[in-house]
Amino acid sequence: MANTQAMTTSFMGELMTATHNFGTAPVRATGATDSFKGALYLASATYNASTTAYSATGEVSGTNYTAGGVAVTFGTPPTATNSSTTAGVAFVTPSASITYTNVTLTTAFDAVLIYNSTQSNKAVSVHTFGSQTVTAGTFTLTMPSNTTTTALIRLATT
Amino acid sequence: MIVTTTKGDMDDSLLEKREGSLDNDNESTTWVEYWLSGELVHRSVHVALKKNVSSAVEAASFN
Repeated sequence: MANTQAMTTSFMGELMTATHNFGTAPVRATGATDSFKGALYLASATYNASTTAYSATGEVSGTNYTAGGVAVTFGTPPTATNSSTTAGVAFVTPSASITYTNVTLTTAFDAVLIYNSTQSNKAVSVHTFGSQTVTAGTFTLTMPSNTTTTALIRLATT
Repeated sequence: MIVTTTKGDMDDSLLEKREGSLDNDNESTTWVEYWLSGELVHRSVHVALKKNVSSAVEAASFN
């Protein structure tokens, strides 16, 4: 049993139906950006590319941690950049760190699921890291730079 | 400096501080712990993610 870092397959499919909206959609009931959240999962859980939506199963629990996790802010809309006439990359990165403040999480966890809380909690991506615990402290996930090569979420053609 | 602990807010001069770090292709992580008489009373972790999730997108040809 282990979490696996991956872009969820459901997310890739849902991009084609505009289920997810990191910026302003051309055709939608509302052009507002969807809301996203980040939930932490125990090292014993099995979240991976087949994950389709947020679930409380295997989620951490402890003092000051609310089931479902915390808000993930995408303040910068997705960027699409051509690298050649046949290839390009679209990418997006949360514009702020994901922070869980003054929590106590005594059972080891090693993954965060980013999901769309506006669209029925559908899964976006799973990110793994070294197993951790937190005691009356803060857990912070800092994002990589939002560039064509390092952005947290990338769709690329080659 | 005041530290939030399982015993309430405490001055760090009363606590033993331990720090650690981890750096690999996936993350750069640091943590700080405060101990009181052999008991862990505070642990904070900062993970800087390095590795993204990336998906190749391909358009099929008709021939």
